[in-house]
Amino acid sequence: MPDSTFLDSTELVLNMGPQHPSTHGVLRVILKLDGEKVLGTECVIGYLHRGVEKIAENRTYAQFNPYVDRMDYVAAISNGLGYCLAVEKMLNVEAPPRAQAIRVILTELNRIASHLLWLGTHALDIGAITPVFYCLREREEALKIFEKYCGARLTTHAFRIGGLLYETYDGFEQDIRDFCAMFVPHVDEYEELLTNNRIWIGRLKDVGILNADECKEFGVTGPVLRAAGVKWDLRKAQPYSGYEKYDFEIPTRQNGDTYDRYIVRMQEMRQSVRIMQQAVEAIPEGPIMGKVGKVIKPPVGEAYVSIEAPKGELGYYVVSDGSTQPYRVRVRPPCFVNLQALDRMIRGGLVADVVAVIGTLDIVLGEIDR
Amino acid sequence: MADEQKPGGSEAAPPPGGEAAKEPGKTAVEAPKPAPPKPALPPPKPPAIMVATPWESELARELKESFGEGIGETSTYLGQNFIVAKPGSAIPILEYLKLESDFDYLVDITAVDWPKRADRFDVVYILYSFSRNERVRVKIHIPDGYQPETAVGVHLTADWLEREVMPDEWQGYPLRKDHGILQQDERWVQENLGIESGQ
Repeated sequence: MPDSTFLDSTELVLNMGPQHPSTHGVLRVILKLDGEKVLGTECVIGYLHRGVEKIAENRTYAQFNPYVDRMDYVAAISNGLGYCLAVEKMLNVEAPPRAQAIRVILTELNRIASHLLWLGTHALDIGAITPVFYCLREREEALKIFEKYCGARLTTHAFRIGGLLYETYDGFEQDIRDFCAMFVPHVDEYEELLTNNRIWIGRLKDVGILNADECKEFGVTGPVLRAAGVKWDLRKAQPYSGYEKYDFEIPTRQNGDTYDRYIVRMQEMRQSVRIMQQAVEAIPEGPIMGKVGKVIKPPVGEAYVSIEAPKGELGYYVVSDGSTQPYRVRVRPPCFVNLQALDRMIRGGLVADVVAVIGTLDIVLGEIDR
Repeated sequence: MADEQKPGGSEAAPPPGGEAAKEPGKTAVEAPKPAPPKPALPPPKPPAIMVATPWESELARELKESFGEGIGETSTYLGQNFIVAKPGSAIPILEYLKLESDFDYLVDITAVDWPKRADRFDVVYILYSFSRNERVRVKIHIPDGYQPETAVGVHLTADWLEREVMPDEWQGYPLRKDHGILQQDERWVQENLGIESGQ
């Protein structure tokens, strides 16, 4: 007869991360387990803290621009767009139409690149090895376009306050057209591998549910919110950079589980292609830089400007004291706020679901820790 | 400009017109040119302030009626509306906005340090309403040491936004203006990271 004390289920504390391949960076999650069941979680963050907000106060407006790329480094262009728009708002200038169109194309291309990295690693976490190779293969094509445009692949520093520094290269439009034509069949390919895959559905369906009310309560935005049935996208709600000119849908789902978030992101990639296709055919002629002086000195004041980054609402709250350096820059990171809902999503679930839920939140620690 | 006129300051870096002074012969022949008339100093600028305009709307009126003294100012700047409230009434205002006016999404909480002001810190709550598609900021001015009430009771998301800080034992507040960018809690770094300095 085994000793009955060994059969007692006792609470087990399991440390996951910060060096763990499935936490997508240096996230540490302390799990409280009862057998396979998760009783509670605690996130430890800050391993990648660089004090970006403090650095901003010691740089000029233009000097700080490259730093924002290092926050969400897989979607650097979105970060740059948000920052440039915030400073432009304070300066009361707008980027010229040509710059806006190119910005939209590059931002959407970056959204696809970001979603591809998410899909590949998420599928890898779940146990599907193949998609990551395909995803990175297509992501490479997107990164090549960034490289041809501005010389950098990841932390691109593609935009400047007031517009763009670089004109498009010869053949830019054709590259975008080719990418769009090439990419849509590949999305079908990923979906063929995953969407109706029995194991995929079994691992994701009804896992990590976060309904619409909980999303609003936690301030969760982006695909996670849309998967819960809230048709809200800043590109539609408060259009910026000329997004109102393009015809696209906001994909939504109803259940708010991991599977729905997967579907939403897949459809978002298709919508991004639609936006790029429209934008590339209608890039207006004209200057690419607005009327911004060499020295950027916004008048005393403050502004909060946010954009729809691949992960959710990315906001910049910038305060100016009239000097050449920002008085305060606060970044409202989507990943940080979304991660807060992790505990709610996996409490009561299984250990294996933790990885699925972290993957589906699509976090980037560079942005959470800043 | 004024420095160049001073005789003492020209030793290390002679001003552009100072070459003549090194050759005494020349200066004896040529009469020293009269100094160009100094440009009149511009009148001292008034300290720049944010040029916000009053925010006239149904909501602003409602809030003023409901909270009276609790609301100091309802303004708009660059088309963005904000309320300056008394520290104690921030949370009731957030609650009112959430329940009565549908501002159900707390976007962000942050703070700005103004060391020269008596009420040193601005605490800023950024709110959004999905149904109105509208943003509003609620600001309070608080002195050093004042602990504002938590907003977790109204918006769960406030939990992390309020607590996003350095490690518990860390000494100092890096985002304050009087905290230098190279300054750090060296003791903490040595004890926890085992290195001399994080710089």
